[in-house]
This record gives sequence, C-alpha cells and structure tokens, in this order.
Amino acid sequence: MLELSRITAGYERRAPVVRDVSLTVAPGEAVGLLGPSGCGKSTLARVAALLHRPYSGTVVVDGRAAHGWRHRAPREQRTAFGVVFQQPRLSADPRMRLADLIAEPLRATGRRDEAAARVDELAGRVGLSAELLRRRPHEVSDGQLQRACLARALVLRPRWLICDEMTAMLDASTTAALVAVVEDYRAESGAGLLTVGHDSVLLDRWCDRTARWEDLASGAG
Amino acid sequence: MTTQRPPAGSSGAVDAPDGPVLDVRGLSVRFRMRDGRDVAAVTDVTFSLRPGECLALIGESGCGKSVLASALLGLLPGNARTTGHARLGELDLLAADERTLARTVRGRLIGLVPQSPAAHLTPVRTVRSQLHETVRALTGIRKPGLRAAGEAAAERAAFPAGHLDRHPHELSGGLAQRAATALALVGDAPLLLADEPTTGLDRALVDRTADELRRHADAGHALLMITHDLAAAQRIADRVAVMYAGRVVELAEATAFFGAEGPRHPYARGLLDALPERAFTPIPGMPPELGDLPPGCAFAARCPKATAVCGTVPDPVDGVACHHAEETARA
Ligand code: SF4
Repeated sequence: MLELSRITAGYERRAPVVRDVSLTVAPGEAVGLLGPSGCGKSTLARVAALLHRPYSGTVVVDGRAAHGWRHRAPREQRTAFGVVFQQPRLSADPRMRLADLIAEPLRATGRRDEAAARVDELAGRVGLSAELLRRRPHEVSDGQLQRACLARALVLRPRWLICDEMTAMLDASTTAALVAVVEDYRAESGAGLLTVGHDSVLLDRWCDRTARWEDLASGAG
Repeated sequence: MTTQRPPAGSSGAVDAPDGPVLDVRGLSVRFRMRDGRDVAAVTDVTFSLRPGECLALIGESGCGKSVLASALLGLLPGNARTTGHARLGELDLLAADERTLARTVRGRLIGLVPQSPAAHLTPVRTVRSQLHETVRALTGIRKPGLRAAGEAAAERAAFPAGHLDRHPHELSGGLAQRAATALALVGDAPLLLADEPTTGLDRALVDRTADELRRHADAGHALLMITHDLAAAQRIADRVAVMYAGRVVELAEATAFFGAEGPRHPYARGLLDALPERAFTPIPGMPPELGDLPPGCAFAARCPKATAVCGTVPDPVDGVACHHAEETARA
C-alpha cells in the first residue's frame, strides 16, 4: 500500500497548497488524481514519491513510514518509486545521452553492469532506436525525450509509479503509446500507479478509479 | 463563414472581394546543418485563411508546425532557407525584410497568442504597464488616453480590470493566458496566430480559452491555431490541416473530419483513434527524421495501407495526400 494520511504541504508554510489530504493506492491499483492546474496535486504527487517533505501528515510505503525525503530517504524506499514529470526538458540533464539518462539510476545505485542490457530492453519497450539513444536531449523531440524519461523511471523496476502530467505536452498517439508502456509494465510487475492530470477523459480511461482534487481537499476538512 | 475551398494548390489567383487574409502557397523551409545535411522541416505547404475563419494546424511535436509559424513571423534562425509564398494582403511574408517584419508585421498584421503566456509576459512589470507599452508602440496613443485604451484592450480579452495592477506571477494560468491574448489583440491584427494556446491547461480552461479565441475569429480575425490538442481543435476550428513530417497530409472541413465521416488520411485516422475517448491505440513507431526522410510517403513505415505505389510521394488530391485515401461519403 501507498498511504498518504492528512498531508499538508507546499512551498510557503502559511499558505500550503495541500491541506490535510489523504489518499491511498493499493498494490497494483491505478489511481488518477484529477484537478485544475496550480491546485496542489503535483505537490501531493511529489510528497507521495518522497521528493517533497510535507509540513505535516504521514506517508507509509508498503507498511513502513517514510521519515526522510529526497536524498535523505532510505535507498530501498527511494528506489521503490519511478517518477515521470510533465516537462521532460526540465527533468533531463541536457548533457547526457539518452542511453545514459535511462541508465543513470542504475549507476547511482552501483548496478552499472546491468545497465547495457536493461537500457536495450527498455528502449525497445518505449520505442527508441539505437541511433536515438546516442543523442542528447536537444537533439530529440519532446515526445522522444519523454519516452526516455519513462524508460528511466522503469529502470529500477519500481513497485510504485508516480506520473505527474506525463502526457500534457504530447500528441494523442504518443500519449496512448506511453500509457500502454506503463500499463504493460504494471501488468507484469504488479506495480501501483498514481497519475496526476487535468484531463478527465484520459484518467477515466487509464485508471481503476479517479479521485477529484476538490473532493480530497474538502473530504478531510 | 462556410468556405467552399478549391482543392489545395489548384489556383494561384486570389479571390476578391473577401479574399483570404493569409495565402500560403508551396511553402518549404530547409535548415542547412553544420555537417552539410539539409533538414526538410516544412515541405510544399499550401493553405489559405479568410477573415472570421479558424484553421487548426495539428500534428505532433517536431512535425513542422512551429517552424511554419516561425516562418510566417519572420523568426526563423539564420541557417533556414524558405521557398514559396506566404501572402498577407499585399505583403509576401517570406520576402519581407526584418525591418518590415518588426515594424509592420509582428503585432500589427499578425497578433501572436503565445505558448506558455507566463513566460511571454515580463515578470517584473504589471499587466497594465505591459499593455500601455504595447498600446503606445502599436497605436501611438499617449498619456491621457493610455489608461482607457489599456483597459479596453484588457476587456477585449476578458481580462478583469481589477487584476491589471498585478504581476504575471500573481495570475492564474487562465488569467495569464488572457493577459497574453490582450497583448496580441492590441494591434487589431487581421491574423491571429495562436501557438499551442491550451498546453497544460485543464479541460475547463482549455474550453474557455478556445471559446475566447473563437470569439475573436467571429469578430472578424482570421485565426491560425497551432496545436496538438485535438479537443481544442474540434471545439473551434472550421477547417483542420494535419501535418506529418513537414507536409500537410490532410486539409479538411472540421465537421467532416471529427464527425461520422472521419479523416481520410491514414495518419489522421490513427491520430484520432489514439484519443482516450476513442480506441486509445497508438500509431506504431515514430515519425521519420526530417533530415533523413524516406523517398516516398513519409508515413509508409507506419501505415497499415501502404503498398508499392507508396514509394512515391503522393500529391494532394482534394485536400488529401495519400495513394489510398478513404473515399468521401459525399462523392
Ligand atoms: S500514401 Fe500509402 S503509405 Fe502513405 S499514407 Fe497513403 S496509403 Fe499510407
């Protein structure tokens, strides 16, 4: 289980964008979180992925409460998550070739020797050719870069996937392709998914259930 | 406003009296790369746009639609070469010098509604002061009249007067979009060019932004909306131009395209089928590199209908560039 309880979080203590919100994702479950832009749903996603420390509330991952956030999170908790953001250009190191971008979490966890095989396999899944893997972010399109970012999120075989507006910049076909990659991975791994977005048609089609931000925010109050 | 267009590329003559605002004929853009290769970013694009009409230019990122917009605005980088024509009234945008483009085109003849308006607005100045500057530059209105002119411009874009003294970071996404639209409307340009105006907005805001753009088209502007958002295109476009690998592969009436008839080009059909409200199945594969296009139809490697004839580039017939286009029900 991924359990978020009574989370209050934000970037200004006196004006938190997330107030007392609770949300649970069961193993293997796909939960959509629907809300307008700027409402705080991305902040909640970052809290769930242990990337943003909340002011109050608890995150329990597979039965263990989280105490550290970002690099202070214990490795086995941090690596339980794969995260994909809206804007691949902001999250991808511009100097890295796509192959290195995908392999980087393996290198950072001392599993360098697995990198080549794993990158090959994931590149196949997300549809990146060997030639594209040799390029740097500015040499590929947004859609191609987002494919690489998704491959990177899957490289450590996470038990939980957090997608924050993963497809907001993408065309319909690339959106459908990336969602299919996520769903194939989940079908074989049993990973749970929290996907945040503003498109109710997409979330309803993709997820087992969709939580509306306004219900979450008021339900706890 | 319903337009019985002759098929793309058929006649060079401009029809009077309500001739097109924008008439693009055989527009191609090539980028010369450092290694001597040419990148075919836009190839042989032909369309026209009348007052009061909205044309949605749709396609995925990298298909050439943003390059096309830059070509119209005279904002291509130095290594680009263009051929063809893009007439805006008497002026050929492709032949105009930078001075003409800066002084008479951008803002005056073409109003640009930008992608990510928050980035387009100057962060350290209020919306009012930015509107004043634009009003002064484009209309010559000075001090006593400036305030009223600024407020009138804001009102045209439905930007609330009470928020004029705010800075861009104090605005919601929707209001930032309206502020940018207000700036685009100041010059009362005959052509509005909206570049991905709905990216990242939630559905309600997409609808509202699109409806507001439609309103400006109804007020007599010609509106060219560049977008990957098919829902926004369906909501407000009169016609749709689908770009793939630098070419317009289908140019169609929006009602037929999104309605029961559906698109006639296999790529366009695939794009609509990928929507979550439809089959939600992706088109296999990815588009070819613009620097390394195949000799024939650029979609052939992904196309379920490809045959040997697809080894030659199909010419557009009746708005569709495909050797095996779907028949029209109307035919
Ligand atoms: S020309 Fe041939 S390959 Fe190209 S879209 Fe038409 S059927 Fe497909």
